[in-house]
Amino acid sequence: MELCSFLTLDSFITDPLTHDFMRKALFMSSLVAAVCGFLSSYLTLKGWALMGDAVSHSVMPGVVVAYALGLPFSLGAFIFGVGSVALIGFIKQKSRVKEDTVIGLVFTGFFALGIVLVSKIKSNIDLHSILFGSPLGISLSDVKQTIFISLLVVILLSIFRKDLMLYCFDPRHAKTVGINVFFLHYLLLTCLSLAAVVGLQSVGIILVVAMLITPGATAYLLTDKFDNMTVISVLSAIISSLIGIYVSFWFDLETGGSIVLAQTFIFLFAFLFAPRYGIFKLKKLFAGYK
Amino acid sequence: METINYQNFRIEAENICVDYNGKVALYDANLRLKPGQICGLVGMNGAGKTTFFNALTGFVNISKGKIRINGESVRSAQKDQTIAYVPQNEGIDSQFPISVWDVVMMGRYGSMNIFRCPRESDVQAVKDAIERVDLTDHLSTPIGNLSGGQRKRTFLARAIAQRASILLLDEPFSGVDIRTEKLISELFIQFKNEGKTILLSTHDMIHVREFCDLVLLINKTVVAYGETSEVFTPENITTTFGGISPDFLFGPES
Repeated sequence: MELCSFLTLDSFITDPLTHDFMRKALFMSSLVAAVCGFLSSYLTLKGWALMGDAVSHSVMPGVVVAYALGLPFSLGAFIFGVGSVALIGFIKQKSRVKEDTVIGLVFTGFFALGIVLVSKIKSNIDLHSILFGSPLGISLSDVKQTIFISLLVVILLSIFRKDLMLYCFDPRHAKTVGINVFFLHYLLLTCLSLAAVVGLQSVGIILVVAMLITPGATAYLLTDKFDNMTVISVLSAIISSLIGIYVSFWFDLETGGSIVLAQTFIFLFAFLFAPRYGIFKLKKLFAGYK
Repeated sequence: METINYQNFRIEAENICVDYNGKVALYDANLRLKPGQICGLVGMNGAGKTTFFNALTGFVNISKGKIRINGESVRSAQKDQTIAYVPQNEGIDSQFPISVWDVVMMGRYGSMNIFRCPRESDVQAVKDAIERVDLTDHLSTPIGNLSGGQRKRTFLARAIAQRASILLLDEPFSGVDIRTEKLISELFIQFKNEGKTILLSTHDMIHVREFCDLVLLINKTVVAYGETSEVFTPENITTTFGGISPDFLFGPES
């Protein structure tokens, strides 16, 4: 009986761990989730959700071209991610079209280019795994790349943690006291492109933006301290990944979708029950009984 | 002689122009301020007040003209922490998850190492600044839980902690309570005695008469500049506000 295995929590957790691909998937997805969760605090406070969506979709042609040429896919993705941002900035500056329109226009253009390239370039590119992620089928070279990029992003964000917070909060003050705002802007964009690259392996290009905004939004509802927000964001991202992978294993569901759904449920929980900012404001309810 | 002359002025803006993608926001604007002077910047919305501030802090580049801060470039003024900018309450995200202490500490970032680790002197500067604006009871309060006046005082404390010699204040009196207004006006007198130079934008004519030695009336360019008693006339104000009389704008008492 398959159901028997659910009867003990112990086997629910340990059984999947006997599979090599599951251990790898759990580890890699947690790592990716942590990186995206860390960055997520900055993106949600800066109001860059749409930018995250744009960059993550725009990396598509880069991934395809890199695969076709036998290059590391992260390189291609990174070039197109940063390129899309540069193009958005250029079109915005040189035309009267509003920014959100330009962003939507550029990233759908890049995304479409990626899809057309996949259909034209005859290779073993798996469109499904690019679009929806494949944490269970991740290759060894991908593992190395992902670990390297993740560490790089975490180190960069850690070093410039406070400067980036200031940049998100009050760029004018940053500039006035001689902090290089231009550098911080592109640092954040670079980290965004890199995080999108590693994130797409877990949940795919279409859903990677969720990894970049949902944990931050959840944390924002739960705390008024920036450092706590980062910690909560990272933890909720990791927990969502673990839940998503386990659930997808036992119920045979799409893994990327399960991870993002887990994140969404955690957000909804915070949205309803957060002590201060939730719909039901638990703190106030309890205070009323005193 | 010329260098000595420069050093007499804290702020020297000569014929500065700023345009955003070809759209002129400010042209041929001049301003000279000495230590201990308080100057009011008066103009309509969109007259270029914020642009003027942005040019002085280096937040936007000027397309023509020259700005000298203490006789040096804007860039070296940034490095030396010379200018502090106190934003309008509307200009900041009040829901940002950050405490009073953290905001004031940001005033010290420019003189810290790359990791922004506060030294003992930074901690002391922040403590003193918070005490001067009377917010010691709110050290760890998130700025979202402060009143408009308390938030304004937080940003003033940041400017104090920065130990800047030039303060730029965007609408310092808008949306604040009586207590804060009184505290700000006391601080202005202290700043003046410390030899700081203050440039503040305001809509309130009474505040200009009360605090400002000098007044700069602008409408995309300088309409009039000089001693408040000489320049702040109904005719000049009418010109600044595009032909609308000051009585209509501010009531007959001004």
